[in-house]
Amino acid sequence: MKESQVLMGMPIVAEILDPEAVPEALKKVFSYFRHVDEKFSVYKSGSEITRINQGKIAGPELSEEMKEVFALAQNTKEQTDGYFDIRTPGGFYDPSGLVKGWAIRNAARILRKDGFKNFYVDAGGDIQFFGKNQENKKWSAGIKNPFDSQEIVKIVYLSTEGIATSGTYIRGQHIYNPRNPDRPISEIVSLTVIGPDVYEADRFATAAFAMGRRGINFLESFPGLEGYLIDRQGIATMTSGFEQYTNINHA
Amino acid sequence: MKKLFLSLTLILGFLVYIFLAAPAPQAPAVSDNKRQPSDLPPENQPPEQNSSANSNSSRNSVVQKPLQKYKDGAYIGDVADAYYGNVQVKAVIQGGQIISVQFLQYPSDRRTSIQINSEAMPILKTEAIQAQSAKVDIVSGATQTSGAFQESLGSALAQAKN
Repeated sequence: MKESQVLMGMPIVAEILDPEAVPEALKKVFSYFRHVDEKFSVYKSGSEITRINQGKIAGPELSEEMKEVFALAQNTKEQTDGYFDIRTPGGFYDPSGLVKGWAIRNAARILRKDGFKNFYVDAGGDIQFFGKNQENKKWSAGIKNPFDSQEIVKIVYLSTEGIATSGTYIRGQHIYNPRNPDRPISEIVSLTVIGPDVYEADRFATAAFAMGRRGINFLESFPGLEGYLIDRQGIATMTSGFEQYTNINHA
Repeated sequence: MKKLFLSLTLILGFLVYIFLAAPAPQAPAVSDNKRQPSDLPPENQPPEQNSSANSNSSRNSVVQKPLQKYKDGAYIGDVADAYYGNVQVKAVIQGGQIISVQFLQYPSDRRTSIQINSEAMPILKTEAIQAQSAKVDIVSGATQTSGAFQESLGSALAQAKN
């Protein structure tokens, strides 16, 4: 059972393979994403994040979910030496680099709680997997060619991991190097991260991309994360543990 | 702090290796230094009768002073960018030997929990990207704009209609 909707400014797809899947299960997932969108969208005039950015609410007035996201953002900022920062060069807060993976992970947890064992949740190309695919094998994910969206350039096989791809080839410069926000990140075009779940993959994909070419070295040094970076010449660099994922029979 | 100490020890060890590990051509320089005094004629020996006044100096110039690989002096290296901070050293050479290495810049204590392998970081594998023809369950790529997606989804759904 599969459903797609455009929410949070991106296509969201959820597919459950378990035979017990019912439409209500997927409705729950999409209603959760709608809730996240209402609260965290910087494009919505009534959202909580917009009211924060307008100075209308602050500190203890924040909702529990907002406080959680801000705390996670602070944690991520410290872990990435400031390369991940929800505060934009313009001074406003935009937590979307973290909220996306966080929301997908939460949506997947809703499905897990409802007892489903084989599914994925995909929001804008960041995906949380669980269990096995239609052929009872690991889920296969293709990494899109940043130079040709009709092609894939790498295939990885995942089970409970999350995968996230950061890139500037679609939306242009929306990721900043906090140390040099005026200089566009141009030498790399795509960075895919595989992590223990999509929340980890997503936040580090954003942070590592902001580091430019060295992002792949950052990922190499971080246990539990693997990466595949593509530069503007079409040369890919991978972390030393990445290649195992290209083997369908890996542990 | 332990990790920082280990990293600095490795950097220092690496520098020591560079400056002291003598490739073959340099070996004669060391022994020549020792040999040199005996090549020169003793100061108090009377010049040979049938040689000109300049003979001693011309004999001296035949014995070539071996080139030191490194000139004496103090040298400041480029700032090297380890991703967690900068490293810069100043090396002092005397008698062709390194006598001191000083850190001008080194990564300050990090508050992060990033773990660094205690061994040297491996060289990462690179490849030219290649289109894959196999089918996959799903594709991961940078986020598409909603406008383009809606257009595409709209036409796909139109085709999917019974």
